[in-house]
Parts: sequence; structure tokens; C-alpha cells
Amino acid sequence: MSGTLVIRGARLSDGTATDIVVTDGVISELGVSLSAAGSQVIDADGLIALPGLVDLHTHLREPGLEQSETVLSGSRAAAIGGFTAVHAMANTLPVADTAGVVEQVKSLGDSAGYVTVRPVGAVTVGLAGQQLAELGAMASSRARVRVFSDDGKCVSDALLMRRALEYVKAFDGVIAQHAQEPRLTEGAQMNEGTLSGQLGLAGWPAVAEEAIIARDVLLAEHVGSRIHICHVSTAGSVDVIRWAKSRGIAVTAEVTPHHLLLDEHLIRGYDAKYKVNPPLRRAEDVQALREGLADGTIDIVATDHAPHPLESKDCEWDVAAFGMVGLESALSVVQASVVDTGHLQWSDVARVLSSAPAAIGRMDGYSTGIAVGGAANLALYDASVSTVFSASQLRGKSVNSPYLGHTLPGRIIGTIHNGYLTVVDGELVDTDQVASSALVTERGAHHG
Amino acid sequence: MRHLLSTRDLSRDQAVAILDVAEDMADVATREVKKLPALRGKTVVNLFFEDSTRTRISFEAAAKRLSADVINFSAKGSSVSKGESLKDTAQTLAAMGADAVVVRHPSSGAPSVLAQSGWIDAGIVNAGDGTHEHPTQALLDAFTIRRRLHRSAARGRDLSGTTVTIVGDILHSRVARSNVWLLTTLGATVRLVAPPTLLPVGISRWPVQIGYDLDEAVSAGSDVVMMLRIQAERMHAAFFPNAREYSRRWGLDDARLARLGASTIVMHPGPMNRGLEISSGAADSTQSTVREQVSNGVSVRMAVLYLLLSGEREELS
Repeated sequence: MSGTLVIRGARLSDGTATDIVVTDGVISELGVSLSAAGSQVIDADGLIALPGLVDLHTHLREPGLEQSETVLSGSRAAAIGGFTAVHAMANTLPVADTAGVVEQVKSLGDSAGYVTVRPVGAVTVGLAGQQLAELGAMASSRARVRVFSDDGKCVSDALLMRRALEYVKAFDGVIAQHAQEPRLTEGAQMNEGTLSGQLGLAGWPAVAEEAIIARDVLLAEHVGSRIHICHVSTAGSVDVIRWAKSRGIAVTAEVTPHHLLLDEHLIRGYDAKYKVNPPLRRAEDVQALREGLADGTIDIVATDHAPHPLESKDCEWDVAAFGMVGLESALSVVQASVVDTGHLQWSDVARVLSSAPAAIGRMDGYSTGIAVGGAANLALYDASVSTVFSASQLRGKSVNSPYLGHTLPGRIIGTIHNGYLTVVDGELVDTDQVASSALVTERGAHHG
Repeated sequence: MRHLLSTRDLSRDQAVAILDVAEDMADVATREVKKLPALRGKTVVNLFFEDSTRTRISFEAAAKRLSADVINFSAKGSSVSKGESLKDTAQTLAAMGADAVVVRHPSSGAPSVLAQSGWIDAGIVNAGDGTHEHPTQALLDAFTIRRRLHRSAARGRDLSGTTVTIVGDILHSRVARSNVWLLTTLGATVRLVAPPTLLPVGISRWPVQIGYDLDEAVSAGSDVVMMLRIQAERMHAAFFPNAREYSRRWGLDDARLARLGASTIVMHPGPMNRGLEISSGAADSTQSTVREQVSNGVSVRMAVLYLLLSGEREELS
């Protein structure tokens, strides 16, 4: 579906209103009252146009865990959330620790076409923390892996972490660390504090996260590597990262939407939909994370979209799975937690959910935001509506959202990936149509 | 009362009312025919995912004295051990028409999940969940203290002015948690004495006094000293160096017993590790209520089942 698309009257994140003309996958014109002759027109009056959102932390579950999610279903969940690129975490079955697996995931993403799927490679073979995976082979593969992570598990061996940090410099990669000291969190179920003591759930101390972050920023400084910290969840972690940045250490950090909005008090009824790794923390931590995101200590928001089948959540707390789906709700939760509270402007949202994560993942096409000549990856968002979030708004295979029944602001009305529509009028474009648009675009890129 | 999940949910008046009904039930136990027709036609299921013969037979005796039908459902040898989920088990019991489910479970919060899930409509009694709570144990402890202190004038009274010292593994103890909430609600002052490793982080916000030194607590005096069981597996997880050191510092031995006033009540929820957290001298002394606790347990559980399943509950639902 190449050809011209005209988006009428959108408001950019800096507040200016503009038409956006998209031709052959590229933004060809910006301005008011542009000609729309022979073009498909999208009325974006009252909508905010954001650059396509980029998630640095998504679990697509394929291969091996297709009962929870597939690359296609996860891509659809991403598109309805305004995303045009996701980084698919490595904890699949088999683990994405070889060129073969990452290429498979990439090609599944390419043929689905809803978003650009960028596979994340495992740091260690089988996520076992014993031996480095073939990082170079994954970097040189067709998947061009730049982000490596054992996410779900911490690279807890200090020497192995040091070597990984050093090694990926060869191809400008980055290690994304899941900071969780394993001994301090054996059997841990929720944030350790007054509430865990009362509920009788094994505590997950903040120090288990903070100690690993402190160790790893010092390692990164020592070997002159960059490091990315996944899902920062405590006030102490924000302090450690702020200190590291002030020393000039090349650390970047992410926070999830749920850690920006929800706190541990939701766990009182032992409802496992609030069970997540890292756990929901205190209200003071939520506040510190918002402030850290506002002052740039935390660079990006990443969803940690973690689908699980119903039976993994419909049970006792301590046997339930960790994780929440988050792609569909991410922008709404960001609006509720940091935009409506005055911590971030929409231009900051464009940074923390698009240009900055793309830069960390070394993705092309996102550095300029919405600009003439840039790739046409866009999200059109209505920030004025408010809805009670329900399972009918989810598009992935799993419904383990913590927001079901919560009132959330905003809704994605349109998503454009590489110049073609994946979401129109707030609904996904048909799977076959998106797949054929993706095919046309890919052929154009190869032959055009 | 719809469910009994936690003593935190009980007001002072509700707690006193349960203890008063338990007094009535205790009177029944002194009669020649120890049986009331109150729950005839009701079905009580003892759903035990953890071994606990003491608690199960106490609930069983309580339900039978009230003429309820009792079904014992234990994880061992049932479908639960073959991987059936809590949900399936609950739905099975619902289909069988259980009116009350007494649940013992290794997962903290499992009774709350059952009560809120919609899988089953029965009243849920928490008979001990993980390291969370054991409300009927706390009720029987409060009942035992009140009877010792006030004898036949116990009815209608709370525990104002009473000091209770709980000693041992607070971190993993559901008995300690339920007692902290219930005893403080009833007006008692609660003091916890334990190695720092066995006190939960954040305990400073609990409505209790904290101490690490049992000798200091003994010198300060207390109306009640409640010793908690030390589980063998704690010794392998660096909570304290070994049993000897624990016993020396936090055990109620004969010397400490002698220093306690003769009026101090010595309690233990059982089963005891004689010679570890409590000496035989202390366990068998006249100050000890260990056996009273067992018989009072039946009265208190009768009261709970009665309040859950008699007319009052139908009015609520």
C-alpha cells in the first residue's frame, strides 16, 4: 500500500499543529493545508502526533511459549499501543542465544509487519549465567542484534558481567542488566518492607537491585563500556544511577509504566495480577521514579510486556507467574503517571518512548522524530478521552493486565509503521493487509 | 461473620463476642452430652494442603460437637498432589455443597484468594496460611489468657492492661502475626523478643515493642510469655548459628522460668521443641497453659464455625 497518506491537523509534541504527508514510507512534507489530491486522508484534528513508539523490553514468547504470545499477536498488541518497534527479549524456548533463533524471530516480525521486531540476544548460553553466548554471531546476523540481556535472570557473576561489557564493544552492543542479586531474592514474592511482613510474603529487598546496579556501573566505568539497566524500581536505584551519570559513566536506564503508576498496596488482596518482577514498590519509590524520569536520570520507559496464560495468574500468590502485559496500555499509563502529573511534556514522552530507546538499541530512523525526510513511523493519540480499561482493549494473546477495571486516560487512534497504516480509527488494520504492506515496503527497500 | 481470614479484620467488640460465644461452647464441653444441634445439616470441609493433625482434629471435633457433617480433604493422597489447582479443588467443593471450608495452606493469602475468587460461595476459615496468619490460634490464645486472668468473670472483658511477650521466630510465624493484631485490638501491650534476623524488616511500624534480649524481657516482667516453635530448617539459612546458641539466648529454660513471677502465664502453640525454645520444666509447670490451649482450641473453633454458619451469616448474605 505505497502511495501518499495525508494526516490532517495533528498537533506535534511541541504543540504546533500541522499536516503530515507520507510518501513511500517517508515523511515528505509538513505544514498547514497541504494538498491531499489523490491521497488517503486521516483526520487527526485534536490528536497528538508522536513519533512511532519504540519498546526496548518486550516479551514476545515465540519460539516455544506460543500459548502466551506469538510474534504476530505481540506485534498487534504493540501496534494498538502506538508502537512501531519492539525489542524481543531472549527468554524464549529455545533461548535466543544463537544467530539462528534471533534471525527466526526477526523474520517472523518482518512478515507480520505491524512493528519492527528487533531481537535481543542472550548474554549467556541458555540464560544460565555460566558461559557467554555467541554475541558476535548474533550481532553479525541478519537480525543485527545490538542489545544483549539475560532478562528474567541477572548476570550475577561479576567476572562474566565484566567480560560481556567489554566484549560487546566490538560491535557497539550494550548489555541490558536485569538487576537482581539472586541470593538476596531467593523465594522472594514482593517488595520487602512493612507490608511484606504483615502479609507474610517473602521480601524482595531494594538492596538486591541497588547492589547489582552499583556494581555494574562501576564495572562499566572500569572497562569503558556502556550499560543499560532494565526496569529500575527503587528510589535507591535512581540515586545510584544519578551518581553514576554525574561521574560520566555511560549508563542508561529504563522504568516500566507499571512502576510509574502502581504501588505495593495493591497486593493486599493477594491478587496475582499485581505480581511482577521487579515487584511493585512503595509509594515513595513510585515518586522517585517519576522524578528520575523527569530529570533525565532514567532515560526511557519500556513496557516489560510479559504475557502469561490465565492459569498462571488464577491461583495462589506464590505459585503465580511474575509479569504483566503492558504494550496496549503503556502510553495511557505514562500519561496518567507523568504527563497529567506535570513531570513530563509530550516532547519528553517522544524522547523517552521513541528517540532515546531507539538510540540505546542503535536503531536507525528515529533520531529526528517527526521531520521531513524521516521514516514515517507515527502514533496518533487522543489524550482527551478517558476509559475504564478492559480486556477488550487488549490485542495480545494474554489478558494479565493490572489495569483491568482501572480508569485510564487516552487512546491510540492511528499507528503508521514504515509509511503504512497498522491502526486506523483506533482499530488494528487486518493482518493480511498489514503483511502485504510490509512485503511491498520490504521489496521497495531492496529494489527501489 | 462471612469469613475469618485475618485477625486484623476483627474489631474489639467482634473479638470479644467470639470469645464470649467460646465461653458458652466451653460450658458444653463440661456436660455429659458434649453435643449441640446448632449446625445440623451443614457441611464443613477441612481442606488441608499442609500436614497439621492437631489443627485438623481440633476443627473436626468443633464441627462434630455442633452436629455438622465433616469432610476431611487433605492434599496427600487426593487429586491436589496430582497437580490439581486450588481453583479446581474449590469448584469441586462448591459443587459438593460445602457450607464452610476450613483451609490450611502453605501459601500466604490462599484463603483470601479463595474468599475473593468467586470459585466457591462457602464461608472460609483460615486455619493457617503460609507465614501470614492463623486467626483461630490467636483467638484461642486470647481466650486462654482471658480465662486465666479473669476466671469465671471473663465474659465481656478484653485484655486491657495485660502485657504479652512473644519470643522466637516472628518472621516466619503466622501465630505471631495473628496474635499481634488480635491482642493489641483487645487492648494488650505486645512485646516481641527475637534474634534480629527473625524479625520482619519494617516491623518498627507494627503496634508492638521490640527487643532482642530475653533476659531483659524476663526482668521487665510480663503477664504472659508465649514461646514460638523454631523450625529446624531456619538453622541452615543463617538466621542464627546453631540450636545451642539459640537456646541459650532465646530459650525459656528453668533459670528464666524461675525468674518470671509465679503469676506469669507460659504459652506455646505447639508442637514444642523441648530443650530448644522451651525446657520441659517450663512446659510442664503450673504456669504453662499448653494443654489448656488445646482444649480451648475446640471451644474457640466451635464459636467461629457457629458464628459463620448459624443464622447470622444468612442475614448478611
